[in-house]
Amino acid sequence: MPGIEPLRRLQWMTATVRDVIDETPRVRSLVLDVPEWPGHRAGQHVDVRLTAEDGYQAQRSYSIASASADGTLALTVERIGEGEVSPYLSGEARVGDKFELRGPIGGYFVWTPDLGGPLFLVAGGSGVVPLMAMLRQRAAAKSPAPATLLYSSRSYSDIIYRAELEKLVGQGGGLKVVHTLTRERPAGWDGLARRVDRAMLESVGYPPAEHPRIFVCGPTPLVEAAARNLRDIGHEPHLIKTERFGPTGT
Amino acid sequence: MSEPPISRGFRGRKPGGPSSRIPPGQHLVSDFPVLSAGPTPETHLKNWRLTLEDGDSPVGEWAWDQFNALPQTEVTVDIHCVTTWSKLDTRWSGVTIDTLLEAAGLTEPPAPFVLAHCDGDYTTNMPAEDLVDGKAMVATHFDGEPLDPEHGGPARLLVPHLYFWKSAKWVRRLQFIDTEQPGFWEELGYHIYGDPWREQRYAGD
Repeated sequence: MPGIEPLRRLQWMTATVRDVIDETPRVRSLVLDVPEWPGHRAGQHVDVRLTAEDGYQAQRSYSIASASADGTLALTVERIGEGEVSPYLSGEARVGDKFELRGPIGGYFVWTPDLGGPLFLVAGGSGVVPLMAMLRQRAAAKSPAPATLLYSSRSYSDIIYRAELEKLVGQGGGLKVVHTLTRERPAGWDGLARRVDRAMLESVGYPPAEHPRIFVCGPTPLVEAAARNLRDIGHEPHLIKTERFGPTGT
Repeated sequence: MSEPPISRGFRGRKPGGPSSRIPPGQHLVSDFPVLSAGPTPETHLKNWRLTLEDGDSPVGEWAWDQFNALPQTEVTVDIHCVTTWSKLDTRWSGVTIDTLLEAAGLTEPPAPFVLAHCDGDYTTNMPAEDLVDGKAMVATHFDGEPLDPEHGGPARLLVPHLYFWKSAKWVRRLQFIDTEQPGFWEELGYHIYGDPWREQRYAGD
């Protein structure tokens, strides 16, 4: 809520890559040691700054993928062809490499266990990252809030966190994950196979009467359409929070 | 300040662009990214009003047709988003705040600070002097076309010399106030002023 962010200066902190996880052919997660990291709320992001040997610097924003913890966090980065920072983070960086980050940043697109549920998360592609942080936070806190993730990917092999999502669902506790594949389906796929539309949001999500907290993150066209459809279905606009992963690219 | 750590293997792209026009920590984009905190509001033009207020008292109000009958200004400016993208030579048209004040019969802003209010309950703040002398407008057109709703249509504030969250989409009310009051992102830890050339991204920068 407004006013609770402390007005301290966000200092640049040194992050050291502790682990590299290949999520899909185009997406990698970096687990980072950041001794000064104060923890965060799920959904927040960081600014990352890389410094070349000649002093040249480049800076970008990335969503945090992990649940809150002191001294560590994880980023999940999709390789963007024309990019400058994402190819480094998703390709070049290896264990022991260092860069700077500061944060946590953003206090609106956030979920904490005390906010409760039901929680309806709608993701497109790498837009799943801050939503995964929410599901990881929910699991870590053993939150009883019912949660549903509707997750649109181009193909089965593009699904980020597939195994972990299956595991979380397998643990029970009121989590449902529904995938839709928009371009390519594996043989025998009997799940959803189209873009996120109104009928899908209605059948997969919770009715407006349950006042779900809704978080939508993905490419702009998906977010625009989903937010509009959710409002048309009858969800209150102030319960629909959005984050757009435009092709800011780079 | 200690030296930043070298990121092994990072060379960067070092674009040969007009670096004198790119503020620190920013990079050029050619597309026009969309960032909003919630659903794009649906605004019906027949109900649209733009209001100037001195404190709680309206000092000027225009319906859509009245607003569009005011003298129009076109500008070509560079814009800088706090998420680190910058876009050069963007072309906008609309009504400058100078023109609005004049149309309201005012020779200067009635109070030193402004809180801009928008459809969707977004707010943002700035000193009144940052809106006058041709520095800002309420824009209705981008690149000669009516502004898309996702980019803030039918009308958004344009304050290009500050980070772009200050250029509030779907603006409906400019409230002139005596004491500075932080808006939506400013309450959430973003900088109260937001000068890209001084890299004022977050509180305390």
